[in-house]
Amino acid sequence: MENLIALLIAAPLLGAAVLLVGGRRLDRVGHWIGTLLSFVSFVIGLALFADLLGKSTEHRTMTQHLWTWISVGSFHADVTFRLDQLSMTFVLLITGVGSLIHLYSVGYMEHDERRRRFFGYLNLFLAAMLLLVLADNYLLLYVGWEGVGLASYLLIGFWQHKPSAATAAKKAFLVNRVGDMGLSIAIMLMFATFGTFAFGPVLSHAGDTSQGKLTAIGLMLLLAACGKSAQVPLQSWLGDAMEGPTPVSALIHAATMVTAGVYLIVRSGAIFNAAPDAQLAVTVVGAVTLLFGAIVGCAKDDIKKALAGSTMSQIGYMVLAAGLGPIGYVFAIMHLVTHGFFKAGLFLGAGSVMHGMNDEVDMRRYGGLRKYMPITFITFGLGYLAIIGFPFLSGFYSKDKIIEAAFAKGGTEGWILGGVALLGAAITAFYMTRVMLMTFFGEERWRNAPTPSPAEPSVEPAAETRGEHTEPHPHESPKVMTIPMIVLAVGSVACGFFFNLGDRFLHWLEPVTGHSEGHSPVSTWTVTGATLVCLVIGVGIAWAQYGRKPVPAVAPRGSLLTRAARRDLLQDDFNHVVLVRGGEHLTRSLVYVDHTLVDGVVNGTAAGFGGLSGRLRRIQNGFARSYAVSMFGGAALLVAATLLMRAV
Amino acid sequence: MNPVNYLYLAALLFTIGATGVLIRRNAIVVFMCIELMLNACNLAFVTFSRMHGNLDGQIIAFFTMVVAAAEVVVGLAIIVSLFRTRHSASVDDASLMKL
Repeated sequence: MENLIALLIAAPLLGAAVLLVGGRRLDRVGHWIGTLLSFVSFVIGLALFADLLGKSTEHRTMTQHLWTWISVGSFHADVTFRLDQLSMTFVLLITGVGSLIHLYSVGYMEHDERRRRFFGYLNLFLAAMLLLVLADNYLLLYVGWEGVGLASYLLIGFWQHKPSAATAAKKAFLVNRVGDMGLSIAIMLMFATFGTFAFGPVLSHAGDTSQGKLTAIGLMLLLAACGKSAQVPLQSWLGDAMEGPTPVSALIHAATMVTAGVYLIVRSGAIFNAAPDAQLAVTVVGAVTLLFGAIVGCAKDDIKKALAGSTMSQIGYMVLAAGLGPIGYVFAIMHLVTHGFFKAGLFLGAGSVMHGMNDEVDMRRYGGLRKYMPITFITFGLGYLAIIGFPFLSGFYSKDKIIEAAFAKGGTEGWILGGVALLGAAITAFYMTRVMLMTFFGEERWRNAPTPSPAEPSVEPAAETRGEHTEPHPHESPKVMTIPMIVLAVGSVACGFFFNLGDRFLHWLEPVTGHSEGHSPVSTWTVTGATLVCLVIGVGIAWAQYGRKPVPAVAPRGSLLTRAARRDLLQDDFNHVVLVRGGEHLTRSLVYVDHTLVDGVVNGTAAGFGGLSGRLRRIQNGFARSYAVSMFGGAALLVAATLLMRAV
Repeated sequence: MNPVNYLYLAALLFTIGATGVLIRRNAIVVFMCIELMLNACNLAFVTFSRMHGNLDGQIIAFFTMVVAAAEVVVGLAIIVSLFRTRHSASVDDASLMKL
């Protein structure tokens, strides 16, 4: 069975190669090739999963060695894949959700003339992501890490004719690069410390190394995770990444790629366990992002950006759980999987809404859509109930566990983290209810739209001549789009319950990640009760604000916090002032120093010698007698010096 | 007679020659002053030879005479051609070799 592991990656890689090299003759069937190969990968994944389930717990790690990649002196890197329970979970999530989204894209991208290329990129992404989770050493993981970054860049900028999409792609690429630096430094530190970067030796020897080195490695890994998973302070790219087609947002920027940071932290658990300072930093990052994303999600009127804020916040939960150590690893991954289901479902639902509404993304121009798109409404609604943690849906189980684990951390930290997680749950309920109410309930604000878009101050006749801005006719999406949404909705409803039945998920993942029960100062039932109270409060406030009163079609000015949150809590302004301006000042001062100091020394030396030789030149006056004087003077000096030396 | 007196004479002759080179403008006179300095040197060499009781100084004096003879040939030729082109024998007039 081990030999099948490489096929998992080979199938989508083949798809990417065929679709991107094949050219226009594949335009007609390209999307089906891509979808088929994605499903092939999923089926292989299922076969491997069945095989793994058939084995006893200790023998559930399979490796496949393909070839030696680099071997120079003591530097040794293999192309080896490792399939254990953790990577298996990811493989099923990636190929499963990925295949569904391939299927959905067949419908969503139907009218795009570059659809074949789109599927090529999607397959490339699947291959890179599978490489990331199947790699047996950090260097190979890094290849996958860069690969998903590339695919993300290509897909965000897929509609490259829009300047905003092109800019967003560049932004995502640049911000990710900062995180990638962290990963590469972490790998170098590992090599310097352990002499290798294969998972086995590094993680088993993590305990014997000095804490300082481990903390450094841990912080660098955290930086990498922040970049890829859009955590504070490298979070600014995720909101703009919504410029990409919606299936991309669902697959890459909600379900899979952005969770790579959580995978990295959980996979490197042994390092973090031995470096409590790095672990604390992870929890702080998670807690801050959790609130940051949630607050941003509350203020956005763009449905995709609201969901992007929510993604950020939910990944904050996962990072927080991963930072709790063995108490939280399993729950981080569990939330990751359930989030993969419901967030992908929500994004696909948003895509379906946009599909029926002439690509309008402003929720203030939605309203009352439940009558027109019943399937979208129901699947989106189930995803919504799952994410806010409605009892017995998947978000309820996974988020509850994380909040419990946060309290179980113990001490003041535990209280703070648990409180933040609870507060996050309330805000989640608020912003998701807001999205739900603004989209599917209330008045039909898309009728008699006065101007095409409030952000675009366009002249009235020009707007009317452009056909796309006439009144939309909301309609349900085709079956090829609704079926993936239904499957994902079923997953959002059931997988939490299924995972939690007899702690199934815990027992499955425990051998890889380890698990320990913390000592929670509050009982499980208290936490569940408090979470439900937060849920009710959040939903209640949202209903009072957006359900009871009609939603204004033009956004009101709002409080200071709302306005800040609309601008992503000033993240771009911050980056601009601190990083861009700071960088400009730095380069300017360096240029100044270069001009004055370095050039000054060089030019000054030259000018000094020039001036000196100009003076010396005067001696050469052409009068033979003055030369004679200098000769005699020189001779006299020599004689005097000789005599003086004799005397001394 | 004390040979040191010859050295005084040589020093006196050299000084007169050097002073002439420095203060006189006429190229012929300068030239003669140079000859005077050379001969002062010769006198000093011969005196030293006498004082030390070997022939080294006298041999060098012969060398000096040969060099002086060659210098006279070249120097006079230069002065004559200079006089022909510039109608002057003043060394200060020949000051074109400068920057």
